[in-house]
Parts: sequence; structure tokens; C-alpha cells
Amino acid sequence: MDIGPKILLALLEGTVGASVLALTALGLSLVFGVMRIINIAHGELVMLGAILAWAIVQYIGGGALIGFLAALLVAPLIVGGFAIAADWLVLRRVGYDPERTIVATMGLLFLAQQTVLMTFGPDAKPVEPPLYFRINFPWFGYSGYKLIVVAAAILLIAATWFILSRTRMGLYMRATQMDSEIAQTFGVPVRQIYATVFALGAALAALAGVLVVPIQQAHYLMGADPLLLSFIVVIVGGLGNLRGTMLAATVIGIGEGMISVLLSPTLAKIVATLLVALVLIVRPGGLTREEPA
Amino acid sequence: MSNDTRGTSYAGTRTLINRRSVLIAAGASLASGFIPSALAQGAPIRIGLQAHLTGIGASYGHWYDKVSKAAVKTINDAGGIGGRPIELIVEDDATDAKRASEVIEKFATQHQVDFVFGPLFSHVAASSAARAGELKLPLLVASETSELAAGNFNRYVFQVGNTNVRSQVTAVSPWIVGNVGKKITMIVPDYVFGYEHRDVFTETAKKAGGEVSAVIAISPAETSFTKYFSQIPQGTEAIYHVMVGPGVLTFVRELGEYFSGKGPKLFGFIDSLEAVDIASPGLEFLEGSHLWEGFPRYAEGLPTEFAKNYRTAVGIDDNGADAANPGDISTASHMFGCWESLYAIKQGVEASGYKDNKDKAKFIEALEAVTSFDESDAYPQGTKTFIGKTHQSFGRQFISRVEGGKLTVVHTTKIEDSMYETTADYTSQPF
Repeated sequence: MDIGPKILLALLEGTVGASVLALTALGLSLVFGVMRIINIAHGELVMLGAILAWAIVQYIGGGALIGFLAALLVAPLIVGGFAIAADWLVLRRVGYDPERTIVATMGLLFLAQQTVLMTFGPDAKPVEPPLYFRINFPWFGYSGYKLIVVAAAILLIAATWFILSRTRMGLYMRATQMDSEIAQTFGVPVRQIYATVFALGAALAALAGVLVVPIQQAHYLMGADPLLLSFIVVIVGGLGNLRGTMLAATVIGIGEGMISVLLSPTLAKIVATLLVALVLIVRPGGLTREEPA
Repeated sequence: MSNDTRGTSYAGTRTLINRRSVLIAAGASLASGFIPSALAQGAPIRIGLQAHLTGIGASYGHWYDKVSKAAVKTINDAGGIGGRPIELIVEDDATDAKRASEVIEKFATQHQVDFVFGPLFSHVAASSAARAGELKLPLLVASETSELAAGNFNRYVFQVGNTNVRSQVTAVSPWIVGNVGKKITMIVPDYVFGYEHRDVFTETAKKAGGEVSAVIAISPAETSFTKYFSQIPQGTEAIYHVMVGPGVLTFVRELGEYFSGKGPKLFGFIDSLEAVDIASPGLEFLEGSHLWEGFPRYAEGLPTEFAKNYRTAVGIDDNGADAANPGDISTASHMFGCWESLYAIKQGVEASGYKDNKDKAKFIEALEAVTSFDESDAYPQGTKTFIGKTHQSFGRQFISRVEGGKLTVVHTTKIEDSMYETTADYTSQPF
């Protein structure tokens, strides 16, 4: 293949990767920013979204579109509910202590993974894309659904942005992020905000899962990949810094696509990981932050 | 606070004692009920199944477990091994090489089994084989690794059901070059299993007049594949694909999307589609392409009485899916290895007069003396030539065409097609 089509393919793959990554990392970054905890189970929330999408489509039947729309509504609700329960049953009990929550969320990771393995089995579950068309370039064909994923991700990120910057709830979240104690003295219900943020982060992860399932299939081990990449994005973007997270997701997503197609996919992973090390050394606060955090 | 703690620990100890005494009582009552019936049939032969129940091989492990339990039931119902029932103990190795050697150790020391069988993924099987050799525990791998016949394992390891990668590829190469295409790009998993495919096919394709123009190795844990396809060189006539892992369906679908139905012809190993419904949405483009099978998934591909009995015992329907759950597609081309391994253990025990693990050497010599496992209810995949020196079976292979979302066998290789020269000789190794 010539270099022109190769770059086109790289850009397409990179954009799809970047948008899914941005959606997944957004939830992780939000949870870290507001609650100051690292959620190791974040990738499993993507996986739960994907598995639920499959289950809902199976249950409803009647056309790929209806089932998929139902999954887009129901899966984030269930996963958000799971997150609220986890917040109430686990995270609150360990006092949101950073170290203990790492271990606790690791427990949640295994719980989610093994429960899905025991109930849904080890096979990858395919879900038909709700709208399917193939774009036939002269050099290669490309799934049109992947471009729908990009549009949906941009829409969801914009909606999250709107909630954070234009609603009272968003104001509370930002206040809690800046200083939870002072926010509480000003009457911000910090506990409820924690639960809401954890649920919102989980719902975003679940939505990412629902969106990717027609591309990737649902599988109980699929959470590992999004977790690793989201961590890379969140670290490079500056922990808890949403604008930085979006920038990092775009750079890393498109960069990975480019290196994968033009050179080799393994090299892309190596470069992404090296980038983290580099950012941690040169700009410990993340790409967009001036001062070290 | 400190009082509280003491109180809790006291309560904890009390429950423990209670639990322990209950357990002892339960154990005693169980044993008293169990011993007479066991004596009537002779003490059980303990056999360990090392299965990939979790991890990237879990789709296989699920079926290895099922087939093994069916075989044990069939053997026990027919009187067991030399009058002794089989007691099957299943351990999960998480498709992980490190865990595999721990599982072998657990079988040897804790479960004290007589024999172990079952590891499939070649890097896992290699790890199990090494540990089994050290612990002198007979191990029948249900793998496809060529390392055994190459002499890289030890005298305690056998492969009786599944033919290895080198012989599969040797058997089907001339057909691929003759019928699919001469300029070939290979897509293989990025570990020893994929490298075996690469090395053997590059050599055998050349012999048959073809040429491998590129090899693309992809990690079995990969989830997105389109980015690799730009490496397929122009002018490729055929793509030889063999992927494993949870992403196989995505892999095949993206391959179809990428070429939009006008690309090179495809020849795949069924590994790329094991446990996957051929009629899945997005796989329509596979129509007319060819796949290697080790054991035909669809009943009409191998319409023998033996295969029929095997399917009934395992509980798979004519489409190779779980008879009780048609959405659960089997790993037909691999899992028969578990069935045949158990029957080979039976054959070895009965021929050698094996009583307990002091007779290990006699068991191994008895298996080494076998020259052929004959097609029967015990060996439903077909007759195999067995080479005692290399501990490896050679059987027939199947090439199937995708027709109407199903697989139809179009060519069956002869056993001789899959044989190749080896110099290994395990029989000269001391026990």
C-alpha cells in the first residue's frame, strides 16, 4: 500500500482510538480529580457496559437498532448503580483512603471479571452494529460504524462538559475537586457528590463499552486494555485535569494509530509507555499544567 | 476497642473449632459411605486435567473440561480402567505458563494423581512438560506443539490425540499452494505457536512451489486488527491466517471489512474461528474460503459411527454446538484430544498392568510400544500412526470450505502426508 492511503488508514484508526480513549479516560480522570482515588476497576466498568449491551440486545431482540439504543440507555444505568453500591459498600468504608482504595478497587476488578466469566462464559460475544455500512475507499474498506462511534464520543464528552461547567451539580463537583473540606463548609453535600461522580465516571465507562462492542465484541478480559491506556492518558494529561486528559487522549490515540499503521503496533505501545515516563520526568504535573502538582 | 478485638478473635477461634469438627464429622460419614462401594470396584485411578479454564484460552478450557468429564463418565460406565473407576481432578492454569508448573506440582504432591493430561497452548504445555519431567509424572498434552517431536521435552510427556503444528502444516501446504494461491502472506499469533506455523509453512510452501511474501505476527491479547493489515504486501494472492485468543471474531470481521470482498483468497486454521459461529454477522465474506480442521465441526464432515457416538456422549449437536445451548459453539478441532488422551491412558494402564505410581515406567514403555491408535469409539478422530521414539501421533487432517455459513469438508489428507523426519528418541532417556 502507498504512503497516502496508509496515512488515511492511520488517521481513521487513530481518531476512532482517540475518541473511545477520551471517553474512557474522562471517567477515570473525573473520579481521580474529585475523589482523589485511583479506580483500578475502571476498565472492568467498560467491560460490564459491553457485556450488558450484549445481554440487552439478546433480551430485547427485534432489530439491531432498537436493542442497541436500549443498551445505550440501560447499561450505563446498571453500571452506575453498581458504582453507587460499590461506593456505599466499599469505598466509603475504607474512608476513600488512596492506598486502601487501590486494593479495594482491585478487588472489585476481580469480582466483576470472575462474575462475568461465571455467568456469561469465556467466549467473546458479538453484537451487530446498529447502523452498518462499509465505506469503500479505492485501497481498502472501512466500517462506517466506527465513524458513528467517533461522533457519539464527541457528543458524550460535550454533554459531560456541559454538566461540569453549566449546572449546579457541576459546580459542586468542581468545588469538591478544589477543596472538599471548604466545599462542605459551604454546604456542598460532599458524600452525595462522591457517589454521583463515581456513578458518572462508571456510566461514561459503560457507554464507551456499549459503543465499542459492535467493533470489538464483549469479553470478560477486555477491561485490561482500556485501563492501561486510560491510565497513560490520565497521567500524561495531568491527574484530574479534564482538559489535559482530552488533549492527551487525542495525541496518544492518533499517535498510536499513526505509529501502528506506519511502523508497528508493538512500537506504538512502547512509545506510549515511554511518553508517560518522559512526561513524569519533564512535566510531573501533566502536559497542560505549568506547575508540578 | 482492645476488648472488642479480643472478643472477635475468641469468637473466631470458636467458629473455627466448630467448623473443623463439623468437617471431620462430615468427612468421616462421607468416607464410611464411600469406601465399600469403592472397594467393590477397586480403588480409583486418579487423573488430573490441567485446563485453561480462565485467561485467553478459556473458550478451549470450557470444552476441554466438558469433553473430559464425558469421557470419564463413558469409561466409568463401561467398567472403568481395568475394573477401577477414574477419579477426575480438574485444575485451572489460567492459560499461564508460570501457573502451569504450579498446577503440575499441585497434582503431584497434593492430589497425588497417577496421570495428568490436558494443557493446550504451546507455551503453557512446555512449562507443564518441564515440571512433569522433573516430578516424574506422566503427562499427556492435548496440545499441537511440535516441541515434543523435536525432542525438546522429556520421556514423561506424550501427545496422542492431536497432531502437531508441523505435521498439520506439512499435510495441507501442497493443497494451499495448489488451490488457493502461490504468493502468500501469513498472519500468525506472536508467540511460539505462531512461529511454528511461520517456520514450517515458509519451508513447505517453498517445496510446493509457493512463496511466503510477508509474515505478520499479532499478540493473542490484541483487540483491534485493522492497523496490522496495511502491512499485507501488494500482489498477495492468498492470506494464511491462524489467530487465537478472545479477539478472533473481531480479527476475521475486520479482515473482511478491510478487503471489502475483493482481496486475496483466504486459507485459515480453524483456531481463528474456534468457539465462533461461522454464521455470525459480519462473517459473510468468508463464504467460499477454506479452513483447516482437526476434527470436523459439522457432523456430515465425519459421518462415522464412532464420531456419532462421541458427539452424543459429549453432548454436541450436528452443528458442533452444545446440544442444550446452540449458542455455545465447541472447539471441535482440539477438544477430541482430551477424549483420546483418556483412552490412551486406559490402553496404557491395561497393557502394562499398572497398579500404582511405582509402575510408571511400565506404563510409559507400554505406550511407547504402540504403533497405531486405531479408529474406534476410543479414537473417534481417526486412526493415528504413533511413533514411540518421539511420543507423537500423526493423524489425518481435514480441509473445509465455508458454504452457506457452514463448513463442508472438501479434502481429507492421508496420514502419510503429515509425517516428517525426526531424530528425537525419548526411549533412550533413563526414567
